Amino acid sequence: MDAPHRTPRQVIWRGLWILRLAVHEEPRIFAVSAVGSALFGGMTIAQAYAFGHITSTVIQPSIQRGDTTTASLAGAVLLVMGVATLKVFGILGRRLGAGIMQYRLQATYRKRVTRRYLELPLEWHQQHPTGELLSNANSDVEATWYPIAPFPFAVGVVFMLIGTLALLFFTDPVLAVVGSIIFPAIAILTVVYSSRMSPLMTRAQQLRGEVSTIAHESFDGALVVKTLGRESFETDRFTAKSRELRDTLVQVGRVRGLFDPLMEALPVIGVLLVLVVGTSRVGSGHLSSGDLVRVAYLFTLLAFPVRAIGWVLNELPRSVVGYDRVLRVLEAEGQQHFGTAEPAVDGPVTLDVRDLSFAYGDDQVLHQVCFDVAPGRTVAVVGPTGSGKSTLATLLVRLVDPLSGVVEYDGTDVAAFAPGRLATIAALAPQTTFLFDDTVRGNVTLGAEISDEQVWAALRVAQADGFVAALGKGLDTVVGERGTTLSGGQRQRLALARAVARNPRLLVLDDATSSVDPSVEQRILAGLRGSASASTVVVVAYRRATIALADEVVFVDDGRLVDRGTHDELRERCAGYRDLVTAYERAEAEREAEHAGDETESVR
Amino acid sequence: MTTVDAGSIQRGSLATLAHGLKLAPEFRNGLPTTLGLALLSTAGRVVVPLAVQQTIDHGLSGKTPDLPLVRVACGLAALAVALTAVANFFMNVRLYRTTEDGLLALRTRAFRRVHDLSVLHQAAERRGSLVSRVTGDVDTISTFMQFGGLLIVVSVAQVVLATVLMLWWSWQLTLVVYVCMLPLALSLRVFQKKLQVAYRGVRERIGELLGAISESVVGAPVIRAYGAQARTAQRVDDAVSRTRQAQTRAQTISATTFCSGELTTALANSAVIVIGVLLATNGHLTLGRLIGFLFLVTLFVQPVQVATEVLNEAQNAIAGMRRVLGVLDTPTDIADPAPGRGLPEGPVSVTFDHVSFAYPGGPEVLHDVDLTLPAQTRVAVVGETGSGKTTFAKLLTRLMDPTRGRVLLGGVPLDQLQFASLRQRVVMVPQDGFLFDTTVADNVRYGRLGASDEDIVLAFTELGLLDWVDALPEGIHSHVGERGESLSVGERQLVAIARAYVADPDLLVLDEATSAVDPATEVRLARALDSLTRGRTTLTIAHRLSTAEAADEVLVVDKGVVVQRGPHADLVAVPGVYADLHASWINQSR
Repeated sequence: MDAPHRTPRQVIWRGLWILRLAVHEEPRIFAVSAVGSALFGGMTIAQAYAFGHITSTVIQPSIQRGDTTTASLAGAVLLVMGVATLKVFGILGRRLGAGIMQYRLQATYRKRVTRRYLELPLEWHQQHPTGELLSNANSDVEATWYPIAPFPFAVGVVFMLIGTLALLFFTDPVLAVVGSIIFPAIAILTVVYSSRMSPLMTRAQQLRGEVSTIAHESFDGALVVKTLGRESFETDRFTAKSRELRDTLVQVGRVRGLFDPLMEALPVIGVLLVLVVGTSRVGSGHLSSGDLVRVAYLFTLLAFPVRAIGWVLNELPRSVVGYDRVLRVLEAEGQQHFGTAEPAVDGPVTLDVRDLSFAYGDDQVLHQVCFDVAPGRTVAVVGPTGSGKSTLATLLVRLVDPLSGVVEYDGTDVAAFAPGRLATIAALAPQTTFLFDDTVRGNVTLGAEISDEQVWAALRVAQADGFVAALGKGLDTVVGERGTTLSGGQRQRLALARAVARNPRLLVLDDATSSVDPSVEQRILAGLRGSASASTVVVVAYRRATIALADEVVFVDDGRLVDRGTHDELRERCAGYRDLVTAYERAEAEREAEHAGDETESVR
Repeated sequence: MTTVDAGSIQRGSLATLAHGLKLAPEFRNGLPTTLGLALLSTAGRVVVPLAVQQTIDHGLSGKTPDLPLVRVACGLAALAVALTAVANFFMNVRLYRTTEDGLLALRTRAFRRVHDLSVLHQAAERRGSLVSRVTGDVDTISTFMQFGGLLIVVSVAQVVLATVLMLWWSWQLTLVVYVCMLPLALSLRVFQKKLQVAYRGVRERIGELLGAISESVVGAPVIRAYGAQARTAQRVDDAVSRTRQAQTRAQTISATTFCSGELTTALANSAVIVIGVLLATNGHLTLGRLIGFLFLVTLFVQPVQVATEVLNEAQNAIAGMRRVLGVLDTPTDIADPAPGRGLPEGPVSVTFDHVSFAYPGGPEVLHDVDLTLPAQTRVAVVGETGSGKTTFAKLLTRLMDPTRGRVLLGGVPLDQLQFASLRQRVVMVPQDGFLFDTTVADNVRYGRLGASDEDIVLAFTELGLLDWVDALPEGIHSHVGERGESLSVGERQLVAIARAYVADPDLLVLDEATSAVDPATEVRLARALDSLTRGRTTLTIAHRLSTAEAADEVLVVDKGVVVQRGPHADLVAVPGVYADLHASWINQSR
């Protein structure tokens, strides 16, 4: 997932393009902040003029006369305060505008990125690490719009510089020459600065990401790390990457150390030049000392704002990298296509699976699987670990699309249904449970119109009513990452209730009771048998009781359908199946034989 | 469960900084020199008012300007500027070196501490929140130290220098400037408090936002399976909007603060002009000094203004620091004993000495368990979900300490046993076979870091899994994907077992370690483990009773109490919990 390579110049152009995009997205609020910033710039210049004016009309005459008037002093105060008040309005407009613009852009793009996450097919998700997707929606969006904070300021500064140069020419051409050397020099230095900084900042951001990935993975696997006593190993791994980050940031410090003092010294040198040149201009009668004071003051006032241009340019590389990553999500291909077909709402589905093949990359895990299920019937998909059963389950409810072949409900290709229709008629209870940070009710309904009675009924089928009733707030208890801690079996039963609650026309259970005790599982299966009469059921299972629930068994091995038939038929004719389902009995028989052997031996 | 924030003491800002410096002394390396250079680098800033004053009072005071004097004054000033620039360079280089060293230390220590926290603490935290302690929070501190914090230091120096110059020129005007600054200085506290509250709000909203975003990513399959896209989008949108509102609120306060600084400047300028002119007309002040004062006011107010700006950063950094320190301050309640004892050589026996356990704030889940498992026995623990089986395993491997009683391995109380010895000799395979995003071989090697590829192949061979691993696209060098997600749940468990196997422990604890594996493979694995674990002690927690049938001894746990104990054959023959469990198991699997 490397970013496209760009030269520093290209980075700046791309960054400016992103700024233009920002203006395009939020034109009004940008206008507010830019106008505020321009007002600020104008008033900064006005401040210097007021200053020069007060020097030559109030301060100098007063000192020369040895006396002053209340009126002239009051006028000076009014002028200073008036300019300052307008400047404050400018600052408010600029800063509030810039802030609101930045936050709105962040919000808009976060929404767009997560929307895209919800639209993109599961295959796309499977190809991208979770950590990467999280940072795309969070820190990358943030980085993209970092330059927006100082952006209006910088725009104002540009106007301010142009205004300053114009006024300088008007005041004294020779001083204007000083200004036209110093200010462009600052601008050029700023650009050189950011082009030196850009690769370092890009590298630093990349390393930050890598550090974060290691931390994420390591904390995710905390239990394994702990049980194997690998804390030091993990810390070393993390430290090595953190060191790289530190070294890069120290380099950043060197570059900054080189340029920051220069940026600071240039305006000072400018003022000193103004004083030297200005004094001689005063001597030759081309300039008043009031003008000299004004120009010197203006240079002083400008020294700080001019850097705003640098702040924007410095943030551009991060912004460009961030936007590239965001764009990869926004422009990601592979949307699932939908048709317009409307499924029937009632009655169990007639399921037809034809020539279904699927591959993860080059690794083909399903090969032309064919079977059908008559409405209301229950089929068990049985096969060894890694034979492709879970993949088959996800294909049945079209979480992913096959490499080739079709899944049909009542003769209609699942891909032909209108968007969102499939979820209303088919439900999958997956092997690994995911609970939302939400109440029990929210986790079961997931926003669908399901009454509390129906929720309780589903919980009863899933044998979850007991522990839910015992939770402090019943259906309103918050579960999930930050809520009440549930055991693996309890979580699984909630997920099962989620599937059952919708009275789906097709119910797919992917080993959905693996963490549940046998006795509880038995009750669940009994409940299902009672309630799922209106559903066609496909159940991925190992256990005999689960298989016993099925009218028919489909045996898969290594991604191929090996045989299908009733349990007894397969047991009779299919060796692989027999091996699998009778494993426990055989193990027991062997043990008994050994045991008998031992006894015989001891008798001897 | 308390989180790592709740566990730490709420300190004030300065106390937090001081505590941070204590925990990461690297920050103090060469600090005096760096600060000295920072002071020196501000000297350049008072050069301008001084040069202006000299030019006006001495260069322009006569009938004709004294050009040579102005040149000498400005030349000296330029030299001073050059010198301060050099000081500035070295200061920056040192600052980055020191702060980054300190942050590296803080980062890695916090990382280590997260791993040292007990499983209870780890479980009580959102993963993302823990990650941000060692990433984003540390970055916030770094930003502050290299920008805002530096500005504070430089600003203080600037104010001191400016004050010295002002006092030299006119103590009366100095007093005037200070009086004008007073309201701002006082109101800064109020603004700071408000900002603090506002930024806390922002951080909380961002926390919620990250949670909502992560649901849309981690819950992708469920969201699709149930058509919950619109609802999830709504949840994300709400969180995004709330975050934006909180940010805007904070920004408004911060902008207002900045503006009051600007108005104070104007106030000070006005006062300096009025009082200055009055003083000057009485001959107490020269024109150059009065003008120089106005230049100095800029210098003087600017730092205060910048300080209000920097408060934002400071608030963030202090909060970040507090969160990082929160991790470091959380006691590792399960600590490596020092000096501690090693586990005696040879097979390990297990003793539970009147052990009870309750999760913090919860009811007791294990009541007075008192038993000894002789070395080399293979024990199965069975019972319904919630009966306390897993708690049993966690106490045995010292992932948690009992609330009452003690656990002994080989006669050594667990809390006296060195971690190095404990983790090497006792290995637990949790139900969730977490894998790292690397190859199968590297994941297995995690159990024994020195294991060669041959060792790993041998492990799979001995476990009877060679045909499975050979069928993978690149054998043991196949990549397993993030969290092992390229493999099925059952396959991940196979790798986790191999990983525990190469670790070669004397006590092996399997916590439903084969729950997602097909029966044939499970039986094959069980048989392999059976022969491999001969001579070691094994404890298997299982809800498939096939394991229990093969064990030397079965412990039946019911509602936190060990109700039955003995070989399968004995237990199944008498009516009781075990016989019931077994009956339903048979019913299910035959």
